[in-house]
Amino acid sequence: MKKLGKLYLVLVLLFLYVPIFVLIVFSFNETKSRSVFSGFTLDWYKRLFHNRIIISSLINTIIIASVASVVSTVLGTLAAIGINSMRKVPKAVVMNITNMPIINPEIVTGVSLMLLFVFFAARMNLEFGFVTLLIAHITFDVPYVILNVMPKFNQMDPHLYEAAQDLGCSPFKAFRKVVLPEIMPGVVSGFLMSFTYSLDDFVVSYFTTGSTSQTLPITIYSMTRRKVSPEINALSTLIFIAVIIVLIVKNAIENRAAKKSGAKED
Amino acid sequence: MKKKVFSLLLASLVGVSALWSCASDTAEEDTEEESSAQTLTVSDPDYYTRFKGQNISINVYNWGEYISTGADEGTLDVNGEFEKLTGIKVNYTNYATNEELYAKLKGGAASYDVIIPSDYMISKMIKEGMVQKLDMDNIPNFSYIMDNFRNQAYDPTNEYSVPYTWGTVGIIYDTTMIDTPKEDIDWDLLWNEDYADQILMFDNPRDAFAIAEIMQGYSLNTEDPDELEDAANKLKKQKRIVQGYVMDEVFDKMEAGDALIAPYYAGDALTILEGNDSLDFVVPKSGTNLFVDAMCIPTAARQKEAAEMYINFMCEPDIAFANIDYICYSTPHQAAYDMLDDDVKNSPVSYPDSQFIADKTTVFVNLSDEANLKMQTLWTDMKSAEDENSNRWIVPVFLIFCVLLMVFVLVRRYIKSKKDIF
Repeated sequence: MKKLGKLYLVLVLLFLYVPIFVLIVFSFNETKSRSVFSGFTLDWYKRLFHNRIIISSLINTIIIASVASVVSTVLGTLAAIGINSMRKVPKAVVMNITNMPIINPEIVTGVSLMLLFVFFAARMNLEFGFVTLLIAHITFDVPYVILNVMPKFNQMDPHLYEAAQDLGCSPFKAFRKVVLPEIMPGVVSGFLMSFTYSLDDFVVSYFTTGSTSQTLPITIYSMTRRKVSPEINALSTLIFIAVIIVLIVKNAIENRAAKKSGAKED
Repeated sequence: MKKKVFSLLLASLVGVSALWSCASDTAEEDTEEESSAQTLTVSDPDYYTRFKGQNISINVYNWGEYISTGADEGTLDVNGEFEKLTGIKVNYTNYATNEELYAKLKGGAASYDVIIPSDYMISKMIKEGMVQKLDMDNIPNFSYIMDNFRNQAYDPTNEYSVPYTWGTVGIIYDTTMIDTPKEDIDWDLLWNEDYADQILMFDNPRDAFAIAEIMQGYSLNTEDPDELEDAANKLKKQKRIVQGYVMDEVFDKMEAGDALIAPYYAGDALTILEGNDSLDFVVPKSGTNLFVDAMCIPTAARQKEAAEMYINFMCEPDIAFANIDYICYSTPHQAAYDMLDDDVKNSPVSYPDSQFIADKTTVFVNLSDEANLKMQTLWTDMKSAEDENSNRWIVPVFLIFCVLLMVFVLVRRYIKSKKDIF
């Protein structure tokens, strides 16, 4: 039985990682083929760094994801503070409203944002492009931040804030010194989640992008008439490695922190 | 633990910096290369510097992978060269289908200065007033365009478009399994029962109907409902032996040998042939579709003159050559053609005999809305029509299975609850 369990685990892991492994292998393929491996080369990596179109859309993607996730983290955290201090019924209502965009199919969000922008474009001289993309990304990022921060408020002892004020803190100082550290894990995970969501968003970006800037997923999609170039495999490999490094470092730091606090308690 | 984390951080830092240095190294090499081997010469440098210092930018909307990016060593970064030469900034974005381009333009929110639609889409856009007439005085390099690519049916007076690339549709086939001599191969190979389940077919109505229309002897631009119906019947007959209706999956399937026969575009066929030695490509002798992608300026363009300058730049011999060398499609540009290697020039895949092109090929023009709708309906009917024997039982059997499973679970639960009482 134990063996069966292990086999199952291996199968699941294979299922998850074989596609990525194949992608990585074919980033070293000599020809453009996606089915026949004909020889080892690093050419695609070299070409990737020379390909202006891919690099500029990568930079665009990262800029948009960073700005959108920072802005939506601030907005979402502020919203969570407000929602937390509401009474029970309005709280439930507002929480459901903010959860709607998460459940809503992306394509509906994309099309409705596009229609909204078209409506304003005619009146306010708004150009589709970086600005519309950014607004769209902030729109679908904010609910994720709220979703991540709210549980932290629920876990927090509401009297802590009052106690801080009793001990002489101004409301803002009490928030900064007491509330913020308590909800920080939620804020960070909300930030990370919205960052990853904007990084790989295709559908909403597809409808709201314009003539001046485009993100990486759209660049990749536009290659499908010809053939998606192995430069994309190379890029995905680099992104995968970067993500793994970040994860390992994060885990290592957390481990260390856990050990430290464990030692303190002893 | 501390040490471990530190060393990990260090390792990742080293990795990142190595990548960076690698990137900057190659970038340096690049600039060196450019300065030492500056190959680009333009016919009239004065013409291109008119807008320098005016901080103008143009929005170019092109197919993905459809321009030379300078990624390969020694090739030109076309947009970069244009920016360097003219001081005009190029905002370059991509699309994957003509319909996507149409939707973006029609939506009206994004403004583009240069677009590169295909033949039938150009005629549609001309009809709907979405593209404007070009001032050919601003595009002197139009003189390089070969005579047989001027005044094509989609733009009969050639006032709206400057051809960028072209190609034909032909058949990719496996020479080791198909004995028919190359010159005898015709479209009926796609209907050959001997190769049942080894045949791929276009997954878009226009290209698929075109093949059937050629075989029935109709025009590729027919709007006659009876002829369309007849073509659909022809396709219906083929359906039984078709392995799948595909577009860009053709690359993988043919390279891996999953299928023996597939119709596809000549330029892409070359890429496929590179990946599998036993494949060959033939343009059927009874005729085929000739497709042209051409540069146009939308009516809503903000920088018409700069856009014309860009189009003219794309027709500079060096630039046109760099692009065609990257794309692998065929060029309508005489000077770029002359710069090609002899084996490419004489390749029957990329450059079929000009007499054949004149006599046996047709470009698509836009069909009327009714004809488009008719074709679409027939296509959906054809694809969704059930085969005589297969597939019909799958859904009912699956449903019955689900019901049985549910009954089984309920019975078990019932027995269990009975047991629990005692």
